[in-house]
Amino acid sequence: MDYFVNVTLTGLTQGMIYSAFALALVLIWRSTRIVNFAQGSMAAATTFIALALIQAGQSYWVALIVALLSGFLLGAVVERVIIRPVEGGPELNAVIVTLGLFVAIQALIAIVFGSSFQSFPTPFGVRGFEVGGSTIPLTPTSLYVIGSVLITMALLVALFRFTRIGLAMRASAFSQEVARLLGVKVGGMLTLGWGLAAVVGSLSGLLIAGGGFVYPAYMDSLIVFGFVAAIIGGLDSPVGAIVGGLILGLALSYVNGYVERGSALVSVAALVILIVVLLVRPGGLFSSTTARRA
Amino acid sequence: MGPLAQPTGSQRTHDSAPTSRLELTGINVAFGGVLALTDVSLVVEPGQVHGLIGPNGAGKTTLFNVACGLVRPTSGRIVWRGEEMRRLRPSQLTKLGISRTLQGVGLFPGMTVLENVMVGAHRHGRAGFLSALLALPTSDKDERLLRERAMRALTELNAEKFAGRYPGSLPYPVQKRVALARALVAEPDLLLLDEPASGLAEDEMHELGELIRSVVSRMSVLLVEHHMDLVMRVCDQITVLDSGKQIAAGTPEQVQNDPAVTEAYLGDAVDAEADAAELTHAEGGRTHG
Repeated sequence: MDYFVNVTLTGLTQGMIYSAFALALVLIWRSTRIVNFAQGSMAAATTFIALALIQAGQSYWVALIVALLSGFLLGAVVERVIIRPVEGGPELNAVIVTLGLFVAIQALIAIVFGSSFQSFPTPFGVRGFEVGGSTIPLTPTSLYVIGSVLITMALLVALFRFTRIGLAMRASAFSQEVARLLGVKVGGMLTLGWGLAAVVGSLSGLLIAGGGFVYPAYMDSLIVFGFVAAIIGGLDSPVGAIVGGLILGLALSYVNGYVERGSALVSVAALVILIVVLLVRPGGLFSSTTARRA
Repeated sequence: MGPLAQPTGSQRTHDSAPTSRLELTGINVAFGGVLALTDVSLVVEPGQVHGLIGPNGAGKTTLFNVACGLVRPTSGRIVWRGEEMRRLRPSQLTKLGISRTLQGVGLFPGMTVLENVMVGAHRHGRAGFLSALLALPTSDKDERLLRERAMRALTELNAEKFAGRYPGSLPYPVQKRVALARALVAEPDLLLLDEPASGLAEDEMHELGELIRSVVSRMSVLLVEHHMDLVMRVCDQITVLDSGKQIAAGTPEQVQNDPAVTEAYLGDAVDAEADAAELTHAEGGRTHG
């Protein structure tokens, strides 16, 4: 029983990170109909910025904030400079551009920060809380991960639901032309959307790095998991992305915890889930099938 | 008399400075060598409803799109409020005091009716991105004002009870009213209506006509419409297009009695048969006389 709870909690924690990454993909897909394959290396870049600050003696929290802000800046600049020319064009162009960006940023990280494995700190302990003499499998770090993702999501919901800017961003996502006619500066909203998405992506990158090692390609597996989570949710639905992330996190954690040599099967399991979802419900769990054509 | 009268005369033209006059002069539009519009001119006077009619493919929608910056004319002048618009952009429209509705409805499917209308009132908001993000009190107040303004527009159009619903769950005529509320909430000086009566039943069309007449005290209206009886009832001036050319202009009576108009409608293919029937109907069976 303890083991089950432990595996479940691990799955939820990991799932939260997948959710955040999937949410970053979904935000961009909704507003520009582009799958941002560069999301992973963009997040890796900001994690390395944080690491450089920490190594220079700054606190984890200063590094976190600077990383998130630089994520916003990076996302906005990437949209304005690199994505804008291919927006609204053939889908393949955007795919090639984001794939190229993915490789380029990863190479840039290796040039600037080196390609060796470096340990990334976590602000909280990884030992479980003690309740009544026995250790429960809930750690301060997993609480931090779950809490920070939840807070970020709550802020995003508040922004989209309750502010004029959020309203304009949603309008732009549904129909750029109509939004434009209503006086919405659609271009600015797209830039903002990419910036916010990159912040969420950066957060997931920082969280998955915490207590582990980082190297230029350390986000590669998260790209796969985040993408699968987004597809499970339907690619169009932020709520779907979050639920998709949690489902995937749990599923992979159970595979890892209960299947013999499961740890080697985790990536395969993710792809199996992807294929099953695409076969059974190609629109994802949270979107009407007709909503997605691409 | 002449020299004395002159200053007062010019004074008056200045006073009644075209606050909301739209002048399109000598508009030509070519799509890849095909002339969609040839030398079309029209003036929407302040406080008037100006109708734009013509058989299918006459260029009504193109001219409409010129008026709101979606189509850039090959040549010609667009003067709004006495100023020439050289590079009119769709996103500047509401700031310039121009609202347009779309053929169909064009509501945002994933947003509630109220939110849809709030986007229309967008330009009236004040709070910047930072205060919105940090949920500062200014943003709160800003959001509440938008909400109230949107609610008033919905109430004016008798659609306030649908505020929390999603457009897809509403009957088409209600959606059209919401779309109209979204255009009106920006409090424009010029309202561009693109086939507002399409898909409406007789009594709904009648209501629409009364609504259009009631907003004219606040703004001028340019109306593209197929339903002749509506056009004849609500318009002060009408411009008739056929094959990209202006074939008639004037009051509803003048236009109805213009032989060129009858010919354009009757001469058109099967598509326009219904229009033609309506036109003859609106003429009160003149052909029999």
